[in-house]
Amino acid sequence: METARYIASRFAQSLFALLCIITITFFLARLAPGGPFLDEKAVPEHLIEQMNKNYGFDKPLPVQYFLYLGRLVQGDLGPSLGNKGFTVNEVISEGFPVSFLLGISGLVIALLIGVPVGVFAAAKRNTGVDYGLMTLAMLGICLPTFVIAPLLGEFLGLRLGWFDVAMWENSSAWFLGALTLGLYYSAYIARLTRGSMLDVLSQDFIRTARSKGVAPLTILFKHAFRGGITPVVAYLGPALAGLIGGSFVVETVFGLPGLGQHFIKAATNRDYWLINGTVTVFAILILVMNFLVDVIQAWLDPRTQSKD
Amino acid sequence: MTPPAPHETHQGSPLHPTLFGRLLSGFLAGALLLGLTSCERESRVDKATKEKILLLGNGAEPKALDPHIVSSVGDSNILRSLFEGLVAYHPKNDMLHEPGVAERWESNEDFSEWRFFLRNDARWSNGDPVTAHDFVYSYNRILHPEMAAPYASMLYFLKNGEAFNRGEIDDFSQVGVKAVNDFELVCTLERPAPYFPDVVKHTTWLPIHGPTIEKFGKMTDTYTEWQKPGNHVSNGAFRLTDWRINAYVKVRKNPHYWDVKNVKPNGINFYPIDNTFTEEKAFRNGLLHYTYVLPNNLISAYEKSGDPRLRKETYNGSYFFRCNVNEAPTNNVDFRRALAYAINQETIVNFVTRGGQQPAYGFTPPSEAGYHPPDMIRHDPDVAREFLTKAGYESGADVPEFTIMINTSESHKDIAVAIQDMWKKTLGIEKVKIENQEWKVFQQTVQDIEYQVSRAGWIGDYVDPNTFLSMWLSGDSNNQTGWSNPDYDRLMKESASISDPAERYAKLVAAETILLSEVPVLPVYWYTRVYLLHPDVKNWHPLLLDNHPYKHIDLVRDESEETPE
Repeated sequence: METARYIASRFAQSLFALLCIITITFFLARLAPGGPFLDEKAVPEHLIEQMNKNYGFDKPLPVQYFLYLGRLVQGDLGPSLGNKGFTVNEVISEGFPVSFLLGISGLVIALLIGVPVGVFAAAKRNTGVDYGLMTLAMLGICLPTFVIAPLLGEFLGLRLGWFDVAMWENSSAWFLGALTLGLYYSAYIARLTRGSMLDVLSQDFIRTARSKGVAPLTILFKHAFRGGITPVVAYLGPALAGLIGGSFVVETVFGLPGLGQHFIKAATNRDYWLINGTVTVFAILILVMNFLVDVIQAWLDPRTQSKD
Repeated sequence: MTPPAPHETHQGSPLHPTLFGRLLSGFLAGALLLGLTSCERESRVDKATKEKILLLGNGAEPKALDPHIVSSVGDSNILRSLFEGLVAYHPKNDMLHEPGVAERWESNEDFSEWRFFLRNDARWSNGDPVTAHDFVYSYNRILHPEMAAPYASMLYFLKNGEAFNRGEIDDFSQVGVKAVNDFELVCTLERPAPYFPDVVKHTTWLPIHGPTIEKFGKMTDTYTEWQKPGNHVSNGAFRLTDWRINAYVKVRKNPHYWDVKNVKPNGINFYPIDNTFTEEKAFRNGLLHYTYVLPNNLISAYEKSGDPRLRKETYNGSYFFRCNVNEAPTNNVDFRRALAYAINQETIVNFVTRGGQQPAYGFTPPSEAGYHPPDMIRHDPDVAREFLTKAGYESGADVPEFTIMINTSESHKDIAVAIQDMWKKTLGIEKVKIENQEWKVFQQTVQDIEYQVSRAGWIGDYVDPNTFLSMWLSGDSNNQTGWSNPDYDRLMKESASISDPAERYAKLVAAETILLSEVPVLPVYWYTRVYLLHPDVKNWHPLLLDNHPYKHIDLVRDESEETPE
């Protein structure tokens, strides 16, 4: 009962947050200077007026806002201004699977690298191995993806010839994108895993187990790992949302048709409906991930509810 | 024409310690086993050459595949493959015309009326005949006020074209285009234009298929389903078969095209790769036959190795700075002259842009059409200082603060900084600020003339110098400086009805001389196109407008030559 009420309240909070995000995005995009129809070769004023009329931008802003909300409720995100002939729904449904594939593969890679490295470093705490691995992880966090991505392209793509360096269709370039994201996030996960493993390893029940003569590996994997991995699980939700939404650089460097490119280009092109559409989709993604993580944590550890 | 700022280094990778490396290679080996890689010996280009499919890098994602909506160079490349206008581009020489849908054409004595005789075997990609009525319909559509086509002004050449577009007259039959019968089209012009056949090659003059447009909406709808593969109908050498946003546009040979037996490629894939470094890598990776551009800082490496794939060609464009002539201090003509003569164009080309550009001593680029702009703005510190004194400043320190406005981009910033420095060193002007604005905001600022000095670029729409000089007519929407000169306007008008090119150019030179002596514009350089082209691509000749008619381009592997990579 307590849990159900907690979930309901978190759900209501998420919905409210979503409405706020949609509203703020709508007005911020429209209040930004410039406009979608300006170009280097001047477009005459009377044509800009007509274009504004064609797209309903001549109506008062609050009216447009409620019309937009009305369409949004029906799942209609409007036409794209920068990709004529495509609706925002089409643009997003073409781009999302690419970003999703990048995000999920990136996350798998991050976990496959980050968790073992973290556990290993924790087990070898304060040795050269630990310092070495953590220095690497720090480097990984500090090196931005726009440095890692071209390097991977140059070495794994061009020099070794293992992967294509660009494009989507029948191309393996997406894997380099996933690898870039994975390497970047694996550094966070390694540090997170190491920290929480150390926490658990210093607790009394581990000392008891050790004094009872349980084998070190059993302690590490059977007793400590379950507790040590919990913060990583909590981090997975936001990480996945961040991976899916934050792939702009990787998409640009490897020429992948994901959502991240639209997210940035829509803003610079003042493609109003696409700005609103991509922000809404990412907001929903992040809110759903956080909501799920909250629910899972509440279920795993009832103390979370009272803290909230 | 503003490549994104590169964020790339080529220093050694720090990611090679043992454990990390082992984990990494373990995972990669797994990936290899899963068959994720494309390790086949035959590259994509090898295969495409055999199949005669051109793989072209094409800059940014097209805004549309509707000739009445687009305006960018990349978009018109795709449209040129899909559609054919009355007159087509010549594969070798910008000055020559190829018959398109029109087999021949003629004008009256003063070039104000043009008669096009259409071939009767031209077909749309669905088999319908292409008639003169299709052209009338298309010109009605692009000029229709409700359509709000951004580039409609290209059709202001037609009599009453502008009035109809502005909604001043409602009856399209008053606009100067008539179908005499199915295969004869008459264009009556607002004012004479001896170069009119050059104008109608432009994408805005391409025909569209009315029944297809209206199958998916009103004539004037700009965002209907008609542009999608399967719906799209065109009359060019190729037809649209596939389009995925940010991934590719594919066109294949149009079986209904009248000259289909002479179409060399079986198809073209256009790839929108707007990161220029990625595009260059894709080329080295054997994914492309051609790159849309080559980043400036990679040019010297290709030059040093003498790579035959590097192409460097004159391009019909001018890079310059606009001056607001209504606001101090740039309202003073002598001050503008001082600014112009203090710019060392050669230094900018050789040490800042380094892309093989030509220093601009005038506004209009010299062309093979035989037009040579007056050679007036040559860097001269003494002349510059003289003009500064004439402008009423004892020294540069007395000049009030003013701003150079640029759109956000590293390359524009580099040029602005160099010019700021030249003005400081030559004229002693201390208080020059550089301000950058995001692209769309910058456009608004320039259109509203709310700047003092702002950077600009102009790519000619056709080969005649008119495409550069008409923008400086009083009140032209691309003037954007507030500059106006009745003598300039008169000379431009007089030039329009002169048939002899030499005589006409003399008038235009006289007009440009006025422009350059009053310098509402500060010339910097004339564009150069630098790109990579695979040796398999044949019949790809340097063109000033860079508008290659793709049907002539062939793909052949010379077996004697060693294949690159």
